[in-house]
Amino acid sequence: MTKMNRRTILSGMAAAGAGLAMPGIVSAQGKYPARPVQVVVPWGAGGGTDATARIIAALLEKDLGQPFNVVNRTGGSGVVGHSAIATAPADGYTIGMITVEITMMHHQGLTDLNPMSYTPLALLNIDPPGVQVNASSPYKTIKDLADAIKAAPAGKFKASGTGQGGIWHLALVGWLTAMGLKPDHVPWVPSNGAAPAMQDLAAGGIDIVTCSVPEAKAMIDAGKARSLAIMAPERNPLFPTTPTLNEMLGIKYSVGAWRGIAAPKGLPADIATALTAALKKAYDSKEYKDFMSSRGFGVTWGDAGQFASFMAEGDKAMANAMKSAGLAKKA
Amino acid sequence: MAAISAAFGLVFDPVVLMTIVFSAMFGLFVGAMPGLTATMATALLVPVTFFMAPVPALGAIVTATSMAIFAGDIPAAMLRMPGTPASAAYADESFAMAKKGQLELALGANLVFSVVGGLIGVGFLIAAAPMLAEIAINFSSFEYFWLACLGLMCAVMIGTGDPVKGFLSLLVGLAVGCIGIDPAAGFPRFTFKNVDLMSGINFIPTMIGVFAISELMRGAVTADQAGKMVQEKVGALFRGIGDVTRRYWKNVIRGSLLGMAIGALPGAGADIAAWVSYALSKKLSKEPEKFGTGHIEGIVDSTSANNAAVGGAWIPALVFGIPGDSITAIVIGVLYMKGMNPGPTVFLQNPQFIYAVFIIFILANLLMLPLGYAAIRGARQILSVPKNILLPVILMFCIVGSFAMTNSPYGIVLMLIFGVFGWFLEEHGIPVAPLILGLVLGEMLEMNFMTSMIKADGSFLAFFSRPIAGTLGVLNIIIWGVLLWRAFSGRRGTMAVLEQVK
Repeated sequence: MTKMNRRTILSGMAAAGAGLAMPGIVSAQGKYPARPVQVVVPWGAGGGTDATARIIAALLEKDLGQPFNVVNRTGGSGVVGHSAIATAPADGYTIGMITVEITMMHHQGLTDLNPMSYTPLALLNIDPPGVQVNASSPYKTIKDLADAIKAAPAGKFKASGTGQGGIWHLALVGWLTAMGLKPDHVPWVPSNGAAPAMQDLAAGGIDIVTCSVPEAKAMIDAGKARSLAIMAPERNPLFPTTPTLNEMLGIKYSVGAWRGIAAPKGLPADIATALTAALKKAYDSKEYKDFMSSRGFGVTWGDAGQFASFMAEGDKAMANAMKSAGLAKKA
Repeated sequence: MAAISAAFGLVFDPVVLMTIVFSAMFGLFVGAMPGLTATMATALLVPVTFFMAPVPALGAIVTATSMAIFAGDIPAAMLRMPGTPASAAYADESFAMAKKGQLELALGANLVFSVVGGLIGVGFLIAAAPMLAEIAINFSSFEYFWLACLGLMCAVMIGTGDPVKGFLSLLVGLAVGCIGIDPAAGFPRFTFKNVDLMSGINFIPTMIGVFAISELMRGAVTADQAGKMVQEKVGALFRGIGDVTRRYWKNVIRGSLLGMAIGALPGAGADIAAWVSYALSKKLSKEPEKFGTGHIEGIVDSTSANNAAVGGAWIPALVFGIPGDSITAIVIGVLYMKGMNPGPTVFLQNPQFIYAVFIIFILANLLMLPLGYAAIRGARQILSVPKNILLPVILMFCIVGSFAMTNSPYGIVLMLIFGVFGWFLEEHGIPVAPLILGLVLGEMLEMNFMTSMIKADGSFLAFFSRPIAGTLGVLNIIIWGVLLWRAFSGRRGTMAVLEQVK
């Protein structure tokens, strides 16, 4: 408490000092942020996105001296929270964590929102999909599994990992297409996220789960499941024994679930710059790196411009993938 | 052994003990306030735990939730408003007891058997955690489908009086549950392009509406019935508990074991445990006709069950990182935050923390006896506040709770709509409990049916092809068959009684 007071007083004095020194520059509104900031998370408390948002919020709070309050706006497959961010006033006091779904939902016709509906601030994380099987599965390597899938009639193998048309579904579709198979050669069993899918895998209800390796970690560590490969350009240093699809099958296909911070469209440039700088500091901090590696999450940085072009590319790729999988809404 | 003594050292630290006492009082308050749930108590604690060491952080959650699940019984008996969903199954029953002048016995039984149930649940958490989780982990969508069917059956069995009205209420709940994004195909249903409706009908605000708001409205239109305690003074709480224990000790054990098992099943927590054990108690009772008239037997079962479920839910959460209920879903988040990644390795890496949690669990349940006693005494103070002060305060908590579940006014709107609707239903003798269960289990039923059908390429036989699923399926068909047969003869029976009354 004492510490916090001192910090508040110090920053107050610093602001006052700056105000004295440069009276002409300080705007009528004063320094951003002048009051608490709301950080909207489209996914539930306790999940990976929530945890990432909370650690970032805590670091921003430490850096900028105002509370950054995480508010979970869940439901509607992410539509509710994403639209809460997009429709908030663009004054810098509502920001949010947007996720890969923003490049997918509008192709399905769930919402009109797309990456262009936001002021991107920073990309913080990318997690590639993995290929997980039950621990007692006869397929020891991704090659065994790929050969078995190719040899089997369509519909014999079943896969899961998220809802219909979710990111891990598209990961599967992309992999199958890259192997020259039809997108529905392995039917998708929708689930309420990765954890239930992994449980169903352990229970023997399905054959393959294409969620990210960190999401599968609890079940793999429990000796109930095995990760055969990840769909990424390189191995994950946190799971060094899991090979990539490229190494094993020569398939370069890679997608990933990502998380980043964005604000409503039309955020004033000075606030955007300040936030991106603070986010970069948070991203570089030991706390963030330690936290992400403790959960097995990948860390990838992209500033506002890189994040924008990253989303634009992702959006185009998703449009193609979803169209070929028959998941996009017909215009 | 070193880990266990280290755990004792961690727990018996002044800061930790103070945290336990404060979170106990917090849990009792939140649980006793209708509209504020044990899940909400946990959610409200999360920001506080950010600043705590792992043991006090987890201790605060353990204590607050155990207390809240018990404290939910207090307004259920006094005001017929369950303080948490876990007390909803027997709110009518304990209120009926209170109306018969047996408020002390109802509350005394709630307290004593909550403690016993809680301790049995924790005992199993400590002893059999890995084994039980092993069973639950083998459940696929086929088994969950049958479990959801059993849950729906409970909804109709609990529906008092006319089973047709129970079915009606259940079907309304299932229909309302269809609003939102279809869980299987991801297609929006009945949303009219409204973003809030896409998130579906959140069941907590709905429940606050049908249980609390409708009660408040009744309190507003009828001068001296609801919203007011049947009895101003609470007498000796433990008188007669000895007799009840001697008569129904088997129910305590049965309720606790069932509650613990249901808690350990992912997705089903204290509320489902209470519903199921209440229904089972009625089914197996020698005097089922007394149920609903202020009979203590079902309360004994279900009040033990919901507290046992609190411990049970930690079993899969700790061992596999799979939440047993909505509380432990938040707990898993806190575990990760504290660097104690749930999974089998947590017992190897941080055994002293896990043992410390177990010790706190036992402490919290023992502490429930004196603090719960004080809460019942205090509840008299709180709940005997004049109605024109009490009702607005409860309404305020309902509004805060509903808002907190969606973090938007949508929760409040839902609460108000279902408050009026629930009032309308009850005024016409249609029970609202099946509606809530239909809403909660509808998605589970649909999701597991759809995924099972996709897995089985559309073959119904797959629902019987796995040993556990087959057993559950046959059990379902038998019980549903018996129930339908009973329902029809029961309906005739009810009609006959009604004729006689006329």
